[in-house]
Amino acid sequence: MTAVGGLGAVLALACLAVLLAVVVPARYRSFGAGAACMGIGIAGVLTGVAAITTVPRAVLVIPVAIPAGLGIDPLVLSPTPLGGVFCVVVGAVGAVAALYGIGYAHGAAASRTGWSAFAVFLLGMLLVASAGDAITFLLGWETMAVASTVLLLADHAVRPSVRSAGVWYAVMTHLSFLSLLTGFALVATAAHGTSFSRIAAAHVSGPTGIAAFLLLLVGFATKAGLVPLHVWLPRAHPEAPSHVSAVMSAAMVKLGVYGIIVLTGTWLPDVSRPFAVLVLALGALSSSYGILQASVTSDLKRLLAYSTTENVGLAVTAVGIGMLLASAGQGPVANVALVAALLLVVSHAAFKTVLFLGAGTILQATGERDLDRLGGLARSHPVTAWTFGVAAMGAAALPVTSGFTAEWTLLQALVHGDGRASTTLALALPVTLGLVALTVGLGLLTFVKAFGMAFLARPRSAAAASPRPEVTSRPGSAAMVVAQAIGAAAVLALGLAVGPVAATFSSVLGYSGSVLVELGGLRLVTIGGLDPGALLLVTLALALPVGLLVMVLRRKVPRRATDVPWGCGGVRISPRMEYTATSYAEPLVRVFGEALRPTRSLEVSHFAEDHVLENRVAFAQAVTDVVEDRGYTPVVRWLRVIGDQARRVQNGSIHRYLGFSFAALVVVLALVTLT
Amino acid sequence: MTGVLLVILQIIVATAITPLLVGVMRQVRARMEGRVGPGPLQPYRDVRKLLAKEPLRAEGSSVLLVAAPLVLLVSSLLVVALVPLVTTATVIAVPNDLFVVVSLLLVGTVAVALLGLDAGTAFGGMGSSRHMMIAALVEPTVLMSVYALSIPIGTSTLSRIVVARGTDIGRVVTPGGLLAVVALVVVVLAETGRLPVDNPSTHLELTMIHESMLLESAGRDLAWLEVGSWLRLTALLGLVVNLALPWGLASDVRPLPVLLAVGALSVKLLVAGALVAAAEVFMAKVRLFKVPELLAGSFVLAFLAVTASYLAG
Repeated sequence: MTAVGGLGAVLALACLAVLLAVVVPARYRSFGAGAACMGIGIAGVLTGVAAITTVPRAVLVIPVAIPAGLGIDPLVLSPTPLGGVFCVVVGAVGAVAALYGIGYAHGAAASRTGWSAFAVFLLGMLLVASAGDAITFLLGWETMAVASTVLLLADHAVRPSVRSAGVWYAVMTHLSFLSLLTGFALVATAAHGTSFSRIAAAHVSGPTGIAAFLLLLVGFATKAGLVPLHVWLPRAHPEAPSHVSAVMSAAMVKLGVYGIIVLTGTWLPDVSRPFAVLVLALGALSSSYGILQASVTSDLKRLLAYSTTENVGLAVTAVGIGMLLASAGQGPVANVALVAALLLVVSHAAFKTVLFLGAGTILQATGERDLDRLGGLARSHPVTAWTFGVAAMGAAALPVTSGFTAEWTLLQALVHGDGRASTTLALALPVTLGLVALTVGLGLLTFVKAFGMAFLARPRSAAAASPRPEVTSRPGSAAMVVAQAIGAAAVLALGLAVGPVAATFSSVLGYSGSVLVELGGLRLVTIGGLDPGALLLVTLALALPVGLLVMVLRRKVPRRATDVPWGCGGVRISPRMEYTATSYAEPLVRVFGEALRPTRSLEVSHFAEDHVLENRVAFAQAVTDVVEDRGYTPVVRWLRVIGDQARRVQNGSIHRYLGFSFAALVVVLALVTLT
Repeated sequence: MTGVLLVILQIIVATAITPLLVGVMRQVRARMEGRVGPGPLQPYRDVRKLLAKEPLRAEGSSVLLVAAPLVLLVSSLLVVALVPLVTTATVIAVPNDLFVVVSLLLVGTVAVALLGLDAGTAFGGMGSSRHMMIAALVEPTVLMSVYALSIPIGTSTLSRIVVARGTDIGRVVTPGGLLAVVALVVVVLAETGRLPVDNPSTHLELTMIHESMLLESAGRDLAWLEVGSWLRLTALLGLVVNLALPWGLASDVRPLPVLLAVGALSVKLLVAGALVAAAEVFMAKVRLFKVPELLAGSFVLAFLAVTASYLAG
């Protein structure tokens, strides 16, 4: 299939999906619309593959009559190979999430509006990734923003917290749009055209270039959820329906990364070079701050949202390192860094989809997303436990998942950059390595906590003790299980097939010869190789004798089930005495107390007759987002104050409004007379 | 093929010598504390006893109770296979990259941490939480020391680092190289749960980290856990001694160099183990919340090692 055909199919299927969502009766709506949305995703994947593999770029002109002489190029969809990679990411995530949504969507998310918005959301993201000019890009961007806002608000009637999340999201996403619009306006004016090829050829520089670069960077960083512009993520992701959270987190924020890669690599490479340290700092700060917040959060979906900030931060870190190394003349290693950025993007898309879908299954089964109240779900939800476990391994960068190979590539790029070249590099490389390492370490703790608290031990609440079973008689529940399994398989496949994947990315980015594939493994020229498949084979070779020994011993000494091992006459302690997610992260909260600023309260009430004996002890701990408290709360307060002041002008008196009109008229007349 | 044979030999030698290493460390400690001690061969007897004992399965525990010990054991065996202990040869296509070794160690760490959570007891959770906190905070030092070691050689492949250090003594005694090894020693102590981070022979549950996660395991499960964590000790201690004294490793299968390499490893390991045990006698376990300070100190050392490597180059 050619890219043009793929894009045509995407548009046609999007129309079909909306039609089905509107026409089909409620009972079959999720099946019809969900299947059509899966079709959009698959068509997106095919478009992306075509864009990566075919050499002459496909061009699909959108027939819109534009008045001549405005300096606006025709609106085109023409995915670059890099855009193709993001089409594949968006399409694959969209298809898996739509499949899951067939079983999961309920309430407002399964309404006509819900499914229509989902289809339009996927379409918008694919438009962004395949846009060939600034106006199409912005149209796609806004489509994506509006549709995702509608989806986010699905449950607003049931939970009031959705409304506040919706306001935050709408404001942040439109600030991002505004910033992009201004940035593109500056670039387009200077380049005398809106098509990306014209923008790239114009080499815009000077103050205009710098202003445009900063505006575009802020716009993309907001969408990508980089600190300090991440505040919408931990609100929006938990409140959206889970299949929508998966798409938002695994696909939509990636388009911010896409923007940053294209901005620094193609649109304004000369202007962006001096800002490499800024990009690097944004990325490194986001990754360590994101994972620190994630590690102390007990709300599962909020944890995943912060972990998105972390992973996007890692990808942007790789981009920043690539920019720094490229300007220091270390081309081959810089290329490896950018390949690492794409590997991180793809790997995060795979595992975060599964994690959010798993969180959705947990939420549906127990009605809980607070890890402090979960536990023991591995027994009732074995498939979810396995898929979530594999994805958590990916998130914790353990071998041989996709997260491991991606972070290995990033670390190799960091280690092989020559710090002797400049003072900046000599500082940037070790500091970045330290922050990445801390991120990896805290990531491990975070995902051990997430998996262990949700799936292991004993249920910590009544809801977790009697969850809804994994597969019910409802036909949709099988779709949920299958979607999770497909995602988990992708996490493993991307890890094992890292060689071909990295070689594709290398050619997508236009590098030849820096990444080779050898025997299915990855080989970075002058750096070294990694063959996850061979590692797996050696592991199996070692596991074989151990396994045989275990078999022999099992026959000789059988296992005995007991109520309490080492009970010493005691009885099983109550589940309330188990470690919870909050207590699990407590040492970390203490160690990073300065950065996290937790608020704790301890209330002890005594018996009336004896004030030594304690009746009740209530403990509460809250970790707030320091960036939000220090940066956003004052701004919001000021806006409120200004708004209150402005209200004085508007007091409801008709005389005053007439007076305003009269004054305005006088001013206009005065101006006309004077000029 | 040579590589495969040598690596198999290395695994066998390391597995065989590991209980002896642990036994010697315990015996040295016992003697220095004025006790008779059970003798250096006690760990062999312990393993034999545990393998013959009946493993228990608590009600409500998951498959992890059986799987986690095996994961730890296999990951430790893999680390032993990859780290240059007896030989600098490698299995082709699986380079013994330091980052891979570190990730494999983390697999074992995570398996034990999940095991601690699985039983749903307060002690298990506590140990798991502390264990993961230390693992998370050790990570920057680990990767920074790897970085410092790899700068002068230009690769993070372990065998090439060891060979390069062995052929040129100038590389061992550079300030950067020395600092990196010192930082790595702190890492090894933290990763293997030795004093001053954790007390491997404690009897008080509240001070336990590693032991409290194993409380629910019995019989062969416990044996795998013990052997797995001992093998980590062998691998990491062996790595440090081979980085500090990178001589006597075999590179082909002729009998004489191989025997020499096995002998050299045994001597180096046992002496290093005895020294660690002797040092532990004079040390108290630090408070849990002082551990980050210790690790921060070792991170600074590793950072200095990186800077020094840049200056030296």
